[in-house]
Amino acid sequence: MSASLEKGVRVLKEVIDAPIASYFSSCVHCGLCAEACLFYTETGDPKYTPIHKLEPLRRVYEQEYTLLGRVAKWLHISKPITDAELAEWQELVYNSCTLCGRCSVVCPVGNDIVYMVRKLREGMSASGNAPEGIKGAANRTVTIGSPMGVRLPAVKAQMKHVEEDYGIPIPLDVEGAEYMVMLSSMEIINFPEYLGAIAKIMRQAGKTWTLCSTAFEATNAGMQIGNSDLAKVIVSRIVEGAERLKVKTVISPECGHAYTALRWEGANLVGRPFTFQVKHIIEVLGEFQEQGLLKTEGMETDRLTFHDPCQLARRGGVIQQQRSLMKMIAKDFVEMPDAGFMNWCCGGGGGASAIEEGEELRLEAFKRKKAQLEAVKPDRLVTACANCRIVLEEGLEHYQMDIPVIGLTETIAEHIPEKGA
Amino acid sequence: MTMNKNAKLLENLEWQGVSRRTFLKYCATLASLMALPPSAGRAMAEALAQAKRPSVIWLPFQECTGCTESITRSHSPSIEGMIFDMISLDYQETLMAAAGHQAEEALHKAMQDNMGKYVLIIDGSVATGLDGAYSCIAGRTNLEALREAAQGAAAIIALGSCAAYGGIPKAKPNPTGAVAVSDIIKDKPIVNIPGCPPIPVVITGVLAHYLTFGSLPELDKLGRPKAFYGETIHDRCYRRPFYDQGKFAKSFDDEGARKGWCLFELGCKGPVTYNACASVKWNGGASWPVEAGHGCLGCSEPDFWDAGGFYKALSMPADPLKMTAGAALAGAVAGVAITVANRAKKGAAKAAHETTTLADLEK
Amino acid sequence: MNEMQFLTWVRGPGLDIALSLFVLGVLWRLIEIYSLGRKKDLSAPRHKPGASGWHTIARRSVPPEGMFKTSPVSYVGGYVFHIGLAIIIFLFIPHIKLIESLVGVSWPGLPSQVVDLVTVVTLAAMIVLLADRIMKPTKRYLSGFQDWFTWTLTFLPVLTGWLAVQHLLLPYTTMLALHILTAELLLVFIPFTKLFHAFTVFGSRWFNGAVNGHKGVPV
Repeated sequence: MSASLEKGVRVLKEVIDAPIASYFSSCVHCGLCAEACLFYTETGDPKYTPIHKLEPLRRVYEQEYTLLGRVAKWLHISKPITDAELAEWQELVYNSCTLCGRCSVVCPVGNDIVYMVRKLREGMSASGNAPEGIKGAANRTVTIGSPMGVRLPAVKAQMKHVEEDYGIPIPLDVEGAEYMVMLSSMEIINFPEYLGAIAKIMRQAGKTWTLCSTAFEATNAGMQIGNSDLAKVIVSRIVEGAERLKVKTVISPECGHAYTALRWEGANLVGRPFTFQVKHIIEVLGEFQEQGLLKTEGMETDRLTFHDPCQLARRGGVIQQQRSLMKMIAKDFVEMPDAGFMNWCCGGGGGASAIEEGEELRLEAFKRKKAQLEAVKPDRLVTACANCRIVLEEGLEHYQMDIPVIGLTETIAEHIPEKGA
Repeated sequence: MTMNKNAKLLENLEWQGVSRRTFLKYCATLASLMALPPSAGRAMAEALAQAKRPSVIWLPFQECTGCTESITRSHSPSIEGMIFDMISLDYQETLMAAAGHQAEEALHKAMQDNMGKYVLIIDGSVATGLDGAYSCIAGRTNLEALREAAQGAAAIIALGSCAAYGGIPKAKPNPTGAVAVSDIIKDKPIVNIPGCPPIPVVITGVLAHYLTFGSLPELDKLGRPKAFYGETIHDRCYRRPFYDQGKFAKSFDDEGARKGWCLFELGCKGPVTYNACASVKWNGGASWPVEAGHGCLGCSEPDFWDAGGFYKALSMPADPLKMTAGAALAGAVAGVAITVANRAKKGAAKAAHETTTLADLEK
Repeated sequence: MNEMQFLTWVRGPGLDIALSLFVLGVLWRLIEIYSLGRKKDLSAPRHKPGASGWHTIARRSVPPEGMFKTSPVSYVGGYVFHIGLAIIIFLFIPHIKLIESLVGVSWPGLPSQVVDLVTVVTLAAMIVLLADRIMKPTKRYLSGFQDWFTWTLTFLPVLTGWLAVQHLLLPYTTMLALHILTAELLLVFIPFTKLFHAFTVFGSRWFNGAVNGHKGVPV
């Protein structure tokens, strides 16, 4: 056994817990999870059945933590995990799984399959079996501070642009602000309108907010690659920044997995409860709307639909807010089939969009989104995750569908009266 | 045995006050009970009327005389008793007047005179323990007597559950080493007529069949005449509809018992007992155990005494559970042991944790 | 061994052995599984988790939105066969008597004709599910020895029970003994095969419900 494999197995031994044991003991091989997975439904290849993607984890569980499995291992009658096998499984654990969690909500015996994929990735990454693309992203996030290599000067330049365009100052490192706003590098580079939108919204709501010079990047490639140690390094920056600035709430940007990393995994990664709250920008907007702090004028008249980011909706519990926000600004808001809780992933979540060799499969899986869109034929597609947005744009372009993709926050901000607040 | 051996059957019957009509009716009944075609009744009557009465030797072994009681005191006028008029019962300890040496002489004379032709009826099981010493007649063990008598027999009737299957003497712990006739004799046709006691008409039916056709009736794989043992008590039971409706007596004196509901829950073995009680009934068709309000004991089945208790429903455990409590404890111990081992393993894995660095992402 | 001895053995020592192995296995496996424990979730719950685990135990018995039409055979077959099994096991009077004699609790049963009909339907559903497992690529791909073995283990007691009641193939006594024997085999293998989901399904659904309830997602 190579040192890396040994480390991988040891990490798996660390993370295997009672839920995993219960899940593997409950699986009856009914295959229903396949029907929930877009990589199966769009390819018809049974190897993409979610529970099958966990075979290495199941074997380690059985061999290490069951009496019969231990005996079988001792007698050398069970097949040990090999490095080659883990390498083979890379495609199943990363390329063809976006951690969308649809399988976890359909499993009739209640297996939380995505919970297990997340744990298996711990072993995969520790044994060196993570895909190059996500490794690169993790590398840049840890060393440079952002998966796309964005550094503070770039953010400052962006802030300056926005201040000029919108005429609103962008606060940086303001101690005691109510909100600390996080960004994803995708937004810094591709969607600068997000920052402007925040400025407008906060001004109207009359809330104090700030960016943080030591923690502007919300995305967490450590979590995507499935390594808690690296994820902790990344999330700790945000925790330190938020605590240094003594903010009440950290706002996770329009990014799905950043929300999961910060909102649900963060405290567990750093090993203590947070002293601040974490909210997705859509949650904050929902609150503002409810409290009457968000007032818009005018309506979009073309046909709009909303793509629910998995980590926000099904994995995050934010489902209603985006809908009432949409209704606030759209006359012709239509829902795609399966929208909301059961929405289909864009195909690029969970780090999958960073995997170059997975692109073909990703585009194949995009047929599901294509079918959903064809069912309602929207003029524009709204979402609340920069990664979804990029992946959707790629897919739409590939299938030559002329549907612009926009962010919900910026769309809302466009309807805020200029001289509001 | 007081009658003239050579007299024709019908004359004897008339002498006893049984009319020809009654006899024909009896034969027709027998034929129908044995599921023979209607014409067989007449054939049987003719054959029986003409039959030269075959010699029958009846040996009692480890038995209680219940079988003899059954056939001789069935009911009166003894229509089943007529069968004794059709045969020459040359040896039957209970019924014969002779005793001691005279009886032994009669036995051996009958065996010699009818060598190869007589019918041997055995009631009682055969003791094999201590070389058969548990049960002796005239200083000889039943085992020896059986082997000797079987040699010249044309056919053997194992009468009653003891002779057929070992019966009560064979019940655990079977101190005498009791076995069935068929366990000892392998080279003669044997018909088992189990029951404790067996139904009289079954005995006479088998004899009549033998007298009429010169052969034993069709047997099932337990050596029983299919005609009488082809169906279970349960299938022919008049209380069966209550079983199907789920109406059960829960105790012998409850409402269900008074209403005549099914006795399954009170331990009735009807579902696994093959016998004709439910259709033929007892005492001239007067009643039978289930009709009298008690479940079937399954007395005509092998080892009925050890079949888990008369008052336990068939679906209940035959024996009290002995190991389950221990097994529960063993399971808990195994669980705790593996828990300790698992905790140690997981603890060791955690202790050995080296914080992953970027370099570790490579192999 | 004659039929009655066979029957008495399966009702006596056989039952004792099977129940013992069953109880031993169930306790051992349950402890083995759930003693692995899990870390406390330090993230702030969206709202008080409440009974989300318990809700999922119930809710997961119903197909989620859009799933029914993807696998109607699995769902209909699964429902029919599980409900059928439950009716047969828990509402056939001889079975109730057995349970009563083992644990002392009893309840009213169903007329045997009803159970008979349910049995036929259950057997049919199981055959359809087997065919589905053979025909459907995903199921066939996932299937190993255990899947075929446990199907057989489950099918046999139902089949032999029905044959016994119907007096088909073998004498009732033999068939009843075979029925009890196959049911005992099933008991023995439950803790050590995927059939153990009969127990862990509750834990699994609970964990899933609790983890997601923490996030405010009713799964």
